[in-house]
Amino acid sequence: MLDEILTATFITGLLAAAVRMATPILLTALGEIYTELSGILNIGIEGTMLAGCLAGFIGTYYTGSIFCGILWGIITGGLMGLIMGILSITLQANQVACGIILNLLSLGMTSFIFRVVFGVTILPPNIKTLTPLPLPIINKIPFVGQILFQQNLMVYITFLLVLLSSFLIFKTGWGLKIRAVGEYPLAADTMGINVYNIRYICVIAGGMLAGMGGTFLAMDLGMFVDNMIAGRGFIALASVIFGRWKPHGVMAGALIFGLADAFQLRLQALGYNFPHEVLLMLPYVLTIIILTGILGKSHAPAALTQPYIKEK
Amino acid sequence: MLLEMKNITKHFSGIKANDGIDLCLRKGEIHSLLGENGAGKTTLMNILYGLYEPDQGEIYFKEKPVKIKSPKEAIKLGIGMVHQHFMLIPAFSVLENIVLGSCSFLSFLKLKEIRKKIQDMINIYGFEVELDVPVWQLSVGEQQRIEILKTLYYGAQLLILDEPTAVLTPKETEDFFLIIKSLVHKGHSIIFITHKLKEVMSISHRVTVLRGGKKIETIYTSKTNEFELARLMVGRGITLESKKPSSIGNTVIEVKNLYALDDRNLNILKDINLKIREGEIFGIAGVDGNGQKELAEVITGMRKATGGKIIINNLNVTNLNPGEISMKRVAHIPEDRKNTGAIMNFTIGENAILGHPDFFKDFFLNYTKVKEFSDSLIKNYAIKTAGSNSPAWSLSGGNLQKLIIGRELSEKPLFIVAVHPTRGLDLGAIEYIHKMLIKECEKGVAILLISTDLNEILMLSDTVGVIYKGQIIDQFPAKETSVERIGLLMAGVM
Repeated sequence: MLDEILTATFITGLLAAAVRMATPILLTALGEIYTELSGILNIGIEGTMLAGCLAGFIGTYYTGSIFCGILWGIITGGLMGLIMGILSITLQANQVACGIILNLLSLGMTSFIFRVVFGVTILPPNIKTLTPLPLPIINKIPFVGQILFQQNLMVYITFLLVLLSSFLIFKTGWGLKIRAVGEYPLAADTMGINVYNIRYICVIAGGMLAGMGGTFLAMDLGMFVDNMIAGRGFIALASVIFGRWKPHGVMAGALIFGLADAFQLRLQALGYNFPHEVLLMLPYVLTIIILTGILGKSHAPAALTQPYIKEK
Repeated sequence: MLLEMKNITKHFSGIKANDGIDLCLRKGEIHSLLGENGAGKTTLMNILYGLYEPDQGEIYFKEKPVKIKSPKEAIKLGIGMVHQHFMLIPAFSVLENIVLGSCSFLSFLKLKEIRKKIQDMINIYGFEVELDVPVWQLSVGEQQRIEILKTLYYGAQLLILDEPTAVLTPKETEDFFLIIKSLVHKGHSIIFITHKLKEVMSISHRVTVLRGGKKIETIYTSKTNEFELARLMVGRGITLESKKPSSIGNTVIEVKNLYALDDRNLNILKDINLKIREGEIFGIAGVDGNGQKELAEVITGMRKATGGKIIINNLNVTNLNPGEISMKRVAHIPEDRKNTGAIMNFTIGENAILGHPDFFKDFFLNYTKVKEFSDSLIKNYAIKTAGSNSPAWSLSGGNLQKLIIGRELSEKPLFIVAVHPTRGLDLGAIEYIHKMLIKECEKGVAILLISTDLNEILMLSDTVGVIYKGQIIDQFPAKETSVERIGLLMAGVM
């Protein structure tokens, strides 16, 4: 078994797949960073991804353009974020309950809409998929080029977003305001910052990124099936904690999850009688270890899950 | 006139928090706003700062009528406020906290410039502040200076200070007064909210007294005195009585070589020794955070001792759990009445029977008995409430404290641990609680009184111990000492 795994082709293939499989998780987790830093825990990103995934699929199917499909997915994700915002910011409902409801709603609604639009077909409908876009020159670097620079456009955009988010959150005034709102909204309010606006912007932006993450799966496989996200939204939530609310940390988390996922798929493909579920469990075990604080305490936004109520 | 507020009225769900209040402030003036809790001081200032909108009334700033709809507009006018609970974000650095209100997307390009501007202000006003330290690492006094610096950075000419000395030590208060005086010299004006009469007399030019949401009077401090102010504030003559020496009996509790750790697992109590006898009040003075909280917790069983012994009535009670210790007839009036002393979402009746085992009829709660008992507490301790079915959160601080004290005293204790029993309460409630403690003491109960209010310690205690860095560095009879001496000991100077 080992001699088959320890070959250069297997390992580069595995790592390239890990990067690709990490992408939807990473996109969604980046969105969740904004949402959580502003003080809102949106558990509904699993459902948001699923809605984005279906919208992206339908968009591409009817317009024939992957770009349009992704745009549909982003808009749908933004709408899911808006619903979460209305429930948790304006109506001050319990954020955990709202998130669960969004997930359940999306699960039923996507299956329903899919059947209404496409009916029951013998051959599942499909769309064209994202094609790899090797970057000039650097894709020729041995090993690294194959893993990192022969991906599709969405992968590149996602990893650029990691850099951009790091900069935005930790270097700019906007980032400071977002973090202030999630730490101590009353203090931010007395400094003339509009807590509600910032929270709405963050939860909608988070939804848009989750929607985009969802479309990636449809674009990658060229099809849609019921409950296609299969827990990747929850993995994104875990990687936000894993990465301690920092974009590069979250990227590391998403890559570990992607690697585990890619590895178990390949083991299955090789036909070994090895319980691949064990590998799928690994990332979660890691998250539990991190939550116990053995590897040092992390600081969650102090006002996370607390609605802000302004007296008048 | 820098500021004139005319006929300000504000209702909160039917209650008049402010009722036609007038206030005017001259340039370069320190103006005290004096009143008990609930007199309407903070409401009035929140209106001025744009946090609340008044139902009625006008505000003139620099002779021009203004409508202040948000803190942002107040800041733009040149009004800054330092809230009683600091509006600082603990996880942020000092610099981040200061620039928060003015930063834009591109602020990072001008960071050097902004930093220099703040550093210049620090030099002009003579504050000692480091800009890159996270706020949670700073002392309360330092945090307060940052709050003031923050208002100045946004161009405040009028500073509203809401009970600024409530959290300061005597030494920090002195430093704070120096800062205020230097601000006034530089042309700023100050509204100083307080209920401490001594501070009103020593720092302000004029004082406006509020009571029950109404303005009672505005007077020059040079033409009044503490007694008159107290009468205006409370509406009747009030004098806090000192305890007379009582007959002292056998030792009730003895603490020997006690050691304990704090929440961060550092040694906080180091070799504490004390003895309290029947009819004695032992007052522990000290700046917050020197181990008094942990001492009370160890004695009442809420924290484990890592060394030493606690003996109550010749029984070793070290490291028993709180229930077992309370069975030894130890009453506890905890520091944090809202989180430790009561359950705010329970009714008064439910709170009254917490820790009392005898309110069951077979398996069920005997609500008739609960009501009888809680009604008797309400009557005997003059608790102002709609009834025993009202939730605890509907009580004012003073009434909640009376409920807790009533519950604890109903067990006929031999020993009472009272931690900051009157912190944040108004004069009327303080007077009542002092009387209760003195009465218990005269019955022969031993009392450990922990307080940061030196006057309280001196008025009530027979013996005073000063705690500093987890040690009782000195103890002596209360009659043989002075505020000055204890103040120096508390600061670790002597």
